[in-house]
Amino acid sequence: MLEVFVFSTLNGLVTGLLLFMLASGLTLIFSMMGVLNFAHASFYMLGAYFAYSVSLKLGFWAGLFFAPLLVGTLGALVERYALRRVHAHGHVAELVFTFGLAFLIEEAVQFFWGADTKNYRSPDLLDFPLFVLFGQEFSAYRGFMIAISVGIFLVLFYVLTRSRIGIIIQAAITHPHTVANLGHNVPLIFMVVFGVGTALAGVAGVIAGPVLTTFPGMAVVLGSIVFVIVVIGGLGSLGGAFVASLMIGLLQSYAIASNLGMSDLLNLLGLDFSRDHPLNDLWTLTLPQIAPVLPFLLLVLVLIFRPTGLAGKREE
Amino acid sequence: MKRLHCRNTLRFLLTGLVLSLFSTASAQEPVRIAFIDPLSGTFAAIGTSGLKQLQYAADELFNSKGGILGGRMIEIVPLDNKQSPTDTQIQFRRAVSEGLRIIFQGNSSAVANTLNSTISRHNRRNPGQEFLQINYSAVDPILTNEQCSFWHFRFDAHAVMKLNVLTDYIAMSSDIKKIYIIGQDYSFGQVVSDTSIALLREKRPDIEIVGNEFHPIGQVKDFTPYVTKIVSSDADAVITGNFGADMVSLARSIIDSGLDIPIYTFYAAYDGITATLGADGVDKIYLVHNDAGNPIPTEERLAYTRNFKRLNPNNDMTQFRITNALQMLVQAMEASQSTDPYDIALALEDMRFTNMSGEELWMRGEDHQIIQPLHISVHTDQNIVVDADNSGFGLYRDFSVAGDETVVDHSCRMRRPRR
Repeated sequence: MLEVFVFSTLNGLVTGLLLFMLASGLTLIFSMMGVLNFAHASFYMLGAYFAYSVSLKLGFWAGLFFAPLLVGTLGALVERYALRRVHAHGHVAELVFTFGLAFLIEEAVQFFWGADTKNYRSPDLLDFPLFVLFGQEFSAYRGFMIAISVGIFLVLFYVLTRSRIGIIIQAAITHPHTVANLGHNVPLIFMVVFGVGTALAGVAGVIAGPVLTTFPGMAVVLGSIVFVIVVIGGLGSLGGAFVASLMIGLLQSYAIASNLGMSDLLNLLGLDFSRDHPLNDLWTLTLPQIAPVLPFLLLVLVLIFRPTGLAGKREE
Repeated sequence: MKRLHCRNTLRFLLTGLVLSLFSTASAQEPVRIAFIDPLSGTFAAIGTSGLKQLQYAADELFNSKGGILGGRMIEIVPLDNKQSPTDTQIQFRRAVSEGLRIIFQGNSSAVANTLNSTISRHNRRNPGQEFLQINYSAVDPILTNEQCSFWHFRFDAHAVMKLNVLTDYIAMSSDIKKIYIIGQDYSFGQVVSDTSIALLREKRPDIEIVGNEFHPIGQVKDFTPYVTKIVSSDADAVITGNFGADMVSLARSIIDSGLDIPIYTFYAAYDGITATLGADGVDKIYLVHNDAGNPIPTEERLAYTRNFKRLNPNNDMTQFRITNALQMLVQAMEASQSTDPYDIALALEDMRFTNMSGEELWMRGEDHQIIQPLHISVHTDQNIVVDADNSGFGLYRDFSVAGDETVVDHSCRMRRPRR
């Protein structure tokens, strides 16, 4: 039992921190532009594919360096030459634009790389078990994923709260006109933040690609869950996104590990249904079976009872 | 890659244009066949690969040799359903409005079930405008049992037939005592789980089922939490019906966890899966399927596969049953001298056919289920003549069962149309 608990916690941490890397960029961009970037997970996918292509020629580490740069540059260009123009037509136009961009990127990925799964490998350097606990291996690569994610969180947190750039960004989010009057180039700040946000998604793609497999559907699989995190954490809140990411990562991991089901609940209530009952499927539902949809359940609950999210300040 | 793709697309468009210009003018109208499968989205890899194989079979075997029925070409019309039953309905409407009458479909039993009931309803209401469903891959037994239809023909062994062979094979390994079953939470995944448990109880009562897990299809990002459970269950083997990304991720997570046990699968090869598993999967991944794999049984088959590879360097001949299906379909058309689904269906019933691998195929008339030899192959790089994903790794045949030994009873009471 203990081994399942320990490993579920580790698995949950890996997933949660990975989700945070995506959610942090998304929530930053949201607090800045007031718009959810539907194409955010697509940049994550691009990160994985760029890194795959680079790694074929120059190895994994070059991919880890270049792919986020490429993705970030692409993100900045998208902001500068497309999103900024669309911005003039209001939020709905922006929303529709990013929605379309997501489809465009998915098709482009299939066009250039094909529809099959890519054999994107983790580096040989990290191809050893970090430790063996209760006969189960925990791979060094997963440890590396945790290290990178935590590192990025710390750097991001430091830059946003302690550095001069961070203060300007925070000011630009709440008082863009005042910041512009003080002589700062606000559109440039927006572009950089968008670029950094997408680059973060790119990093997530680079390190997740080898473990979660690199295929054209990877953005869709992760995309919706990232929105759930941003909403649960509170739109625009970095701390909230961090807590929500870990919460969802751990929630899913524990739910899968558990063997609880409706039958246990019914036993507790002293109820019993025969196998012929028309709702038999419902009475035999188990927690692992619905684990991947639990975050959406949580989303509904949060929206009902705390619409601003865990740490959101935004009130309509 | 990009330029090649462009040129292919251009050529494809031009061919389409030319065909559409000439089809009305020429007396020799092409025989048009719809291909409804995922060509975008999560499962696009399998769908596009199937399309290429069908196109190749049509071009290589018939169009380049003067066509069928005295000079008519076969034209494949791809319709993308994103593997969703809803989109399938939309694409079926399109097929109706374009006057197509024959549909190839294979991916996902949920889609096949939808298509089956949609076609049955359509055919009942539109006599003379019937559709024929050529199911080359969807293996939910229900399609040739409770839900069997005169208009549906299946060219792959269904899940119970395959599991019969697989459990025979497992029953022979006496060191397997504990088995973990994990699968996608939909009709096919449920069938794999229920049938495996029932058959193993019968063949090897000493085997303990230590896990029976379902997960939502195409939704799981990371299988490690599931693998944690497999490891702690002390399983000696895993059975899974997963396909596509769900299959790769599961196998990768199992291998990454350092677990060294056999994984018995239906679909753990090709479309990037073999390359991704690579050396880590050798002698661990087993597949039950209808293709003979390596060693390639006949020279003809080898040449046919090599030529496909030459034309499509990034694809493999993953579903040879598509070729079987098209050859048998054409034979039925030639025999009845008709492209009408009703005539074709009658000719297909109880057809016996020797395929390119030299295997005897029989389309059982009572339930429209193909009876063919089945094989269990292992993922390896030893003695591989035709590999998968250009990886050097491929499938090596380990165990074969003759067609008549794969026969299982059916409960089909077919409603035959009156004409």
